[in-house]
Amino acid sequence: MQHNLKPKKTILDAQQMRRVVRRMAGEIVERNRGIGDLLLVGILTRGVPLAEAIATEIERMEGKRPPIGMLDITLYRDDLSTIAPNPVVKESRFPVAPDGRIVVLCDDVLYTGRTVRAALDALIDYGRPKAVRLAVLVDRGHRELPIQADVVGKVVPTSDDEVIKVAFPASDAGKEFVQILERLE
Amino acid sequence: MPPVWNRKDLLGIADLGRDEIELILNTAESMREVGERPIKKVPTLRGKTVMNLFFEASTRTRSSFEIAEKRLSADNLNFSTAGSSLEKGESLIDTAMNLQAMAPDLVVIRHKHAGVPHMLARRLKAGVVNAGDGAHEHPTQALLDAFTIRQKKGRIAGLKVAIVGDIEHSRVVRSNIHLLTRLGAQVTVAAPRTLMPVEIGRMGVRVAHDLADAIAGADVVMMLRIQLERGARVAFPSVREYFNLFGLTVERLKRAKPDVIIMHPGPMNRGVEISSEVADGPYSVILDQVTNGVAVRMAVLYLCSGAHLEAS
Repeated sequence: MQHNLKPKKTILDAQQMRRVVRRMAGEIVERNRGIGDLLLVGILTRGVPLAEAIATEIERMEGKRPPIGMLDITLYRDDLSTIAPNPVVKESRFPVAPDGRIVVLCDDVLYTGRTVRAALDALIDYGRPKAVRLAVLVDRGHRELPIQADVVGKVVPTSDDEVIKVAFPASDAGKEFVQILERLE
Repeated sequence: MPPVWNRKDLLGIADLGRDEIELILNTAESMREVGERPIKKVPTLRGKTVMNLFFEASTRTRSSFEIAEKRLSADNLNFSTAGSSLEKGESLIDTAMNLQAMAPDLVVIRHKHAGVPHMLARRLKAGVVNAGDGAHEHPTQALLDAFTIRQKKGRIAGLKVAIVGDIEHSRVVRSNIHLLTRLGAQVTVAAPRTLMPVEIGRMGVRVAHDLADAIAGADVVMMLRIQLERGARVAFPSVREYFNLFGLTVERLKRAKPDVIIMHPGPMNRGVEISSEVADGPYSVILDQVTNGVAVRMAVLYLCSGAHLEAS
């Protein structure tokens, strides 16, 4: 599905991205008044490297790394029949149960809000968190559900025929950037 | 490029490619995780209806499919021959068309005649999953066997697998030969000559007529039930003689690799094809097979339902 896409504009380069993640980490710690009870949960695929990057910054600030879980939402999607062709289901993993924790869901891009809706359903099947917050690197607008992020890296106004590409060093061969791509059809 | 599944049915292993088999096994890994949660249910097939048509006795396969359906939030309906209109003389096709009129999304079928699932698949809009047809195929059993081997051994390619018992009447062995040879295992089958189909060697397996020869150096030994109800009673003089020649005992198992695993698709006849010491022993993964069966069937139902929706 990545064909017919042309890079249009770089929103964040590697250095800017690191600054943004650092600020997000600071906001999370500040709102939470420390890191007790904190559990970062990355939504697969690119929410996981975001959660890792935030955890690294928190560790630098607070001297302690919060636990990180990963959540696969494939089985909870409301569009099973419309995404092509068959999504590959991956495994969810939690180092600690979410019960009683402040869970910060992390995802790279917030768009329609449907992924987050599915993630909330999935998360609740694993336990009862004390609270759930949402942290996203890019908020690109076009919401279809009443969902907003608590911590936002950057708000990027987009049109529907544009795609946001986020690259993390761990998952994208050492590259680190946020780009807007344009569909060429 | 993620592998693609675009079938509405799972009728057998024979027509599956290596990629498709691996996709099912990988999907089953994640489904297994669902079974380990405190809340063992995901909403994936919510609002879908699955009909389980068991025209032949089954405990394990049928409960396994039922649990798989419930864990995926599907609505299910069970149908067995006893008490059905088939006893009143309705033809299978008429029964099928009537069930179709109730618009199920998936049909799971077991039948004593080979090819019945294929016939239904051609006529029904619903996806059809073969839960065993005659002595032909039992694809979900072979998939759960492969899943269990992969779980215990980390791979399938290059392993020596011995399958021993009633080869003649077994649909499990046919599906397993297709699957294991496609994934690169070396398969040996062993049985008395009276329970060995003449042309089985053409399926790419080594044929042995002696238990010791079959299990020498094996990584996996799969024992099959003697299907007395399908006519195996006439194949050997007595159950006791069969056990003496082909029954798996601790003593005989010494010829296999030290880390051999023992499998059995169930139901087991203790003292016929396998001794209790082996069945309950440390090498036995027979109950793991049952646990994994649920995950594998969830994966199959999930994949078949998705492809089915796309096609309609």
